Amino acid sequence: MSAGIVTWGAYLPYWRLQRAAIALVLGAGPGKGSRAVASYDEDTTTLGVEAGRRALALGPVAPQDLLFSTPAPGYLDKSSATTVHAALGLDRSCAAYDFCGSSRSALGTLLLALQGSAARRSLAVVSDLRTGLAGSAEERDSGDGAVAFLCGADDVVAELIGRGASSDEFLDRWRVPGEADSHVWEERFGEEIYVPLAREAFADALKDAGITESDVDHAIVSGLHPRAVRAVTGGLGVSPDALAPDLVGSVGNLGAAQAGLALADVLERARPGQVIVVLSLADGADALVLRTTDALTDAQAAQRAAGVPTVAEQVASGRTDLSYAAFLSWRGQLHREPPRRPDPERPGAPIVHRSGAWKYAFAASRCLVCGFRHLPPTRVCLECRSMDQMQPERLADVRGTVATFTLDHLAFSLSPPVVGVIVDFDGGGRYRCEMTDVSAPELAIGSRVEMTFRRIYTAQGVHNYFWKARPVQGPTSASDPASEGK
Amino acid sequence: MASRGIRDRVAIIGMGCTKFGELWDKGIDDLLTDAATEAAASAGVSIHDIDAFWLGTMTSAVSGVTLSRPLKLDYKPVTRVENFCATGSEAFRNACYAVASGAYDTAMAIGVEKLKDTGYSGLTGIRAVGDGTDPGLSSPAAFSFLAPSYAHKYGVEKAEMKEVMSRIAFKNHQNGARNPRAQFQKEISMETITKAPLVAGELGVFDCSGVSDGAAAAIICRVEDAHRYCDNPLYVKALSFVAGPAAGPIDPGYDYTTFPEVVRSAEDAYQQAGVTDPRAQLAMAEVHDCFTPTELVLMEDMGFATRGTAWKEVLAGTFDRDGELPVNPDGGLKSFGHPIGASGLRMLFECWLQLRGQAPADRQIATVGQGRTLGLTHNLGGAPGECVSFVGIVGSELGD
Repeated sequence: MSAGIVTWGAYLPYWRLQRAAIALVLGAGPGKGSRAVASYDEDTTTLGVEAGRRALALGPVAPQDLLFSTPAPGYLDKSSATTVHAALGLDRSCAAYDFCGSSRSALGTLLLALQGSAARRSLAVVSDLRTGLAGSAEERDSGDGAVAFLCGADDVVAELIGRGASSDEFLDRWRVPGEADSHVWEERFGEEIYVPLAREAFADALKDAGITESDVDHAIVSGLHPRAVRAVTGGLGVSPDALAPDLVGSVGNLGAAQAGLALADVLERARPGQVIVVLSLADGADALVLRTTDALTDAQAAQRAAGVPTVAEQVASGRTDLSYAAFLSWRGQLHREPPRRPDPERPGAPIVHRSGAWKYAFAASRCLVCGFRHLPPTRVCLECRSMDQMQPERLADVRGTVATFTLDHLAFSLSPPVVGVIVDFDGGGRYRCEMTDVSAPELAIGSRVEMTFRRIYTAQGVHNYFWKARPVQGPTSASDPASEGK
Repeated sequence: MASRGIRDRVAIIGMGCTKFGELWDKGIDDLLTDAATEAAASAGVSIHDIDAFWLGTMTSAVSGVTLSRPLKLDYKPVTRVENFCATGSEAFRNACYAVASGAYDTAMAIGVEKLKDTGYSGLTGIRAVGDGTDPGLSSPAAFSFLAPSYAHKYGVEKAEMKEVMSRIAFKNHQNGARNPRAQFQKEISMETITKAPLVAGELGVFDCSGVSDGAAAAIICRVEDAHRYCDNPLYVKALSFVAGPAAGPIDPGYDYTTFPEVVRSAEDAYQQAGVTDPRAQLAMAEVHDCFTPTELVLMEDMGFATRGTAWKEVLAGTFDRDGELPVNPDGGLKSFGHPIGASGLRMLFECWLQLRGQAPADRQIATVGQGRTLGLTHNLGGAPGECVSFVGIVGSELGD
């Protein structure tokens, strides 16, 4: 068996902005559907971490390379891939690379991971967070989210059997570094250029795979140029049943992550032995041909058993009462008066580095003498006072129960009030932290929570990342660590 | 392990306390000068006759020069002390030990805080470089965890719990209304308190202590010297201070209905002073009512009420100024205000007035006339489950 995709993970944020909510404020015609919105405490790095956690939820097989791609990185010069690497608790020997800037790098990243997968296990993570000017089509029709694919040689669920590509230099969509919003050329020009590029890449990929249009079971066409995508899709020549839904109506176009989101959705529905084509339009075109294997069925079942929500489940859920004012505030387009509190301090680099296993990997320490768990890790045991008898223990994927909670109207937040909770973790250990993606009526002593990686705030140009609690997502199942006797 | 105490070895011979509040026209130098001058005058000494100084301030300044510069002290030892919101009591405790040791004949403990110059709401805390993982909850939020936990444990309905909290604020405002040095000298109706906007959890604006400026000072000497300065000194019966292992936020066994540090420091103080029934023996208690649920829980932690009953005692008026055991007769942190470094000494100042019968008639507590001679001050810093706690006992009679 050749190499390919081993597992996948998709993450759509909790919030949806109704297009009608935009229309209501701006006085435009009634909008239809909604878009996915990253919360005020999320960025492309944290979205990528959540997708990566889902791709790695099944198991002990760790990647040897991490490839992270986004058109909207948290930093320039500094890597965001290392942040994802740290939050996923990956081994020091695992490389971490950023592929940032253009949307096209996203599919390139997946291709690199696939093509190298016979030799090395790679985790490709693609993340995007798209805003646009108030009232723009970009704001209305784009969305936020991330996907991740673990590629390797064992337990492959979909192997790469062909590819095609075409490149051309032209100006369709662009953004100068530092700008928040994209510019677009007249869309009829882009359509003229894109359609032949996509046709060429698609034809080359089918030829490379030795198949014809009628062999395609699932066709995904994606890109940030809707007219071109529609035109290409219409002329593809595959069975209409094979066209994958683009999900734009309910979550928006995820930009760099759109092709990956559709691929994850297809992998969750496909059967063994089917052919999937991914055709992506982004400053050129890329086409991948994948064939699913017999291992797919087991992988689908394992994802469900692990409580990982499917793309379809995530699309169907989401909190739909986000106000347009909150969206604009979160995106920095509406400058609200801050509380009369000091601005947060940027974290210190040396102290962050010392506490990296805690801050990024959420590793507690467990006393080897009495078993008491400490969050954050300490050297002296609270229970038995033994010193330096600790072993680190990652709790990022361990669930917990709310012991008590509060709403803090005074503390600094982009989205007050801050929800403070005391969490007692399954298997021991207590931590006091913020809770996110929660509505007040859901808050109760005894509520079940899981951890999520967030950007707590940005101070003096430094992003402060850490973990928060959120209500348990997806089905609670036998894989809940509480029932594993940990 | 021993905590022997220094019962009846040192005495307070003079005290001073500024008005607390939003003192826009007073700087930290003014507050220190005013409190030190009043204390010295009440002891009949010159500031320059005092041998050593302990200065408590949490965030307003650093180093002993903060005191020696405005007072132009002549090369005297000045120690700056910080221990969260118990800073003022900690300055007092250390000054007492210095005198008891024989190292100095007289010492001044002085506490000050200037909170209203920052422009921020509430306390801003001490800011060290961190790793960014500490949840930035405000003080009201940290203490608000107590209310639902207490109500849940003892089956108090939500509305009833709100009434209990409001009743504590109501009482302290009633007391503060009669106190010309208090920040808020106004009675507040139960309805106003209950309906106030929420700050954190179930805590409304009136469940929180006043953010204020102020200073207070005490002068102490050895007991055998006390009557050279003063006909009716206060004798130090107990000084207890503990810092806990900060177990609450990391121990699933902690249920947010008690301060273990307070329990320990109270037990220690009662043992030092020979108190066996605090509710019956104490004439009064000044406790750290930073938020109303704090005062509620403290009543049980210090043995004024048995577990699970303090909420009923509060509603019954047991701790009112004319109740069985007056608690915070001066208005407490709630109404007198809470300039951090000054608060522990402000509590002592109320004992100084009440136990010696010097409080104005309209607010003099009756328990003193009934023969009770002991007053307790309790001062804590930190948050539930991770705090420092001071309990001190002073008395107007030797040997009692």
